[in-house]
Amino acid sequence: MACRQLWASRAASYLRISVFHRGFSNVIKDFKYVDSHEWVKVDGNYATIGITDHAQDHLGDVVYVELPEVGAAVTQGGSFGAVESVKATSDINSPISGKVVEVNEALNSSPALVNSSPYKDGWIIKVEINDSGELNNLMDSEQYSKFCEEEDSKH
Amino acid sequence: MRGGLWQLGQSITRRLAHGDKKAVARRCFASEAELKKTVFHDFHVAHGGKMVPFAGWSMPIQYKDSIMDSTINCRENGSLFDVSHMCGLSLKGKDAAPFLEKLVIADVAGLAPGTGTLTVFTNEKGGAIDDSVITKVTDDHIYLVVNAGCRDKDLAHIEEHMKAFKAKGGDVSWHIHDERSLLALQGPLAAPVLQHLTKEDLSKLYFGEFRVLDINGSECFLTRTGYTGEDGFEISVPSEHGVDLAKAILEKSEGKVRLTGLGARDSLRLEAGLCLYGNDMEQHITPIEAGLTWAIGKRRRAEGGFLGADVILKQLEEGPKIRRVGFFSSGPPPRSHSEIQDEGGNNIGEITSGGFSPCLQKNIAMGYVKSGLHKAATKVKIIIRGKPNEGVVTKMPFVPTKYYKPS
Repeated sequence: MACRQLWASRAASYLRISVFHRGFSNVIKDFKYVDSHEWVKVDGNYATIGITDHAQDHLGDVVYVELPEVGAAVTQGGSFGAVESVKATSDINSPISGKVVEVNEALNSSPALVNSSPYKDGWIIKVEINDSGELNNLMDSEQYSKFCEEEDSKH
Repeated sequence: MRGGLWQLGQSITRRLAHGDKKAVARRCFASEAELKKTVFHDFHVAHGGKMVPFAGWSMPIQYKDSIMDSTINCRENGSLFDVSHMCGLSLKGKDAAPFLEKLVIADVAGLAPGTGTLTVFTNEKGGAIDDSVITKVTDDHIYLVVNAGCRDKDLAHIEEHMKAFKAKGGDVSWHIHDERSLLALQGPLAAPVLQHLTKEDLSKLYFGEFRVLDINGSECFLTRTGYTGEDGFEISVPSEHGVDLAKAILEKSEGKVRLTGLGARDSLRLEAGLCLYGNDMEQHITPIEAGLTWAIGKRRRAEGGFLGADVILKQLEEGPKIRRVGFFSSGPPPRSHSEIQDEGGNNIGEITSGGFSPCLQKNIAMGYVKSGLHKAATKVKIIIRGKPNEGVVTKMPFVPTKYYKPS
């Protein structure tokens, strides 16, 4: 979601508000987050990953999601796919390292699920976790909300 | 055509590594401090406008409506755009037309008063300096609008040639309309809504035609034209009356005509197959290559007389080596600079503009391919992030145009 930095910093610097549709974006309490606006939900040795509500809100209508292959390796902070909106392309970075065990095929025909349900039906990949210690590097929902507010108010 | 989104296109599709964040922040800060504001700036912000730097201006890329919804609404109802960042100017004098004909490919002398046309300013190699809509107000007054991103070089170019022309006794002078602001009202409701605000019968003003008339109490320059493929108008209004006019237009449409930003404008012009200077036209692309042969007047094809005429007339005779064409494709939307290959994997060209069409709900793009491979239905591969995607050459416009013409 790197390109989204450009959007947010420019747009928000003029608006002086966090988002123009709502006062705040949704976060899920038990998920973990990264500063490139992906979330991760851990379930034992496996994790589900997607982009946040804040990300999809800034991106606009999603028209295509480029998915990795099952079996591909992902690394913490590394790109594993891309999200395309009407006007922009953004990399999707993985919050953790691991191996892809499942991809959300529904996104091939319904990419807008990322907009309508970013934390549930719009999930992107599931991975087998390499090193659960990496989870300690991530933000919790409160930290992430604060990060988004700060980012939106920054020049 | 107009409204160039060059900087937007560049910034939107650029992907940033994390390490670039600080550099980008500094760039944003520098450009933000120096951005110019149109008279509509506060009006945009009050209406939820998301402002971004564009060609040195702070412009709305989007309002509360999504870009998808704004694009569709323009074609179903209507859109109101602030295009005040574009530069309007007048050339006056007995020799205004002969002067301008040295710089553009249009048959300016052949234009009837009150009519206009799309044209291209050329350089000495026949490449495009800018595209512009020019309008003949009277035989000794030409009104034209040039792209925001090209303003400085266009004005310098015109000034340089005007000095030489006047030194030889030519009668021409100019005025830059910085005291005015420009609105574009586009879509099926444009004419009915605008008719409420003026006494003149707009049903007698056809596509490409121009009038000076009173609209909502102020003297406006009205051209029936646009950059969306829809029927509509560009309205040059005295800046002090601009916001009042925008409000009046929105009120008269009862919410159906929506404020619309540059993001949707780019989708609309792409669906209409219109060039964006900086993407689809540049200094090294001739009007022939860009598919604008029709814009070279018949007399001009015979006589030349504009910069780069030798190159252009030769291309007319022999055919160009590359041509701008449209594409449909599967997979990710193509973006500027995606490589185009033939089915054997050989490079045959490059995408110059592309995206997802809100109206068609599929990928569309335009780009340049080698002549001979430009025919509709030719199969190609478009390379995106290293992977080939199926594409096919198609005629443009992608969405049929609805210009208001005599039937």
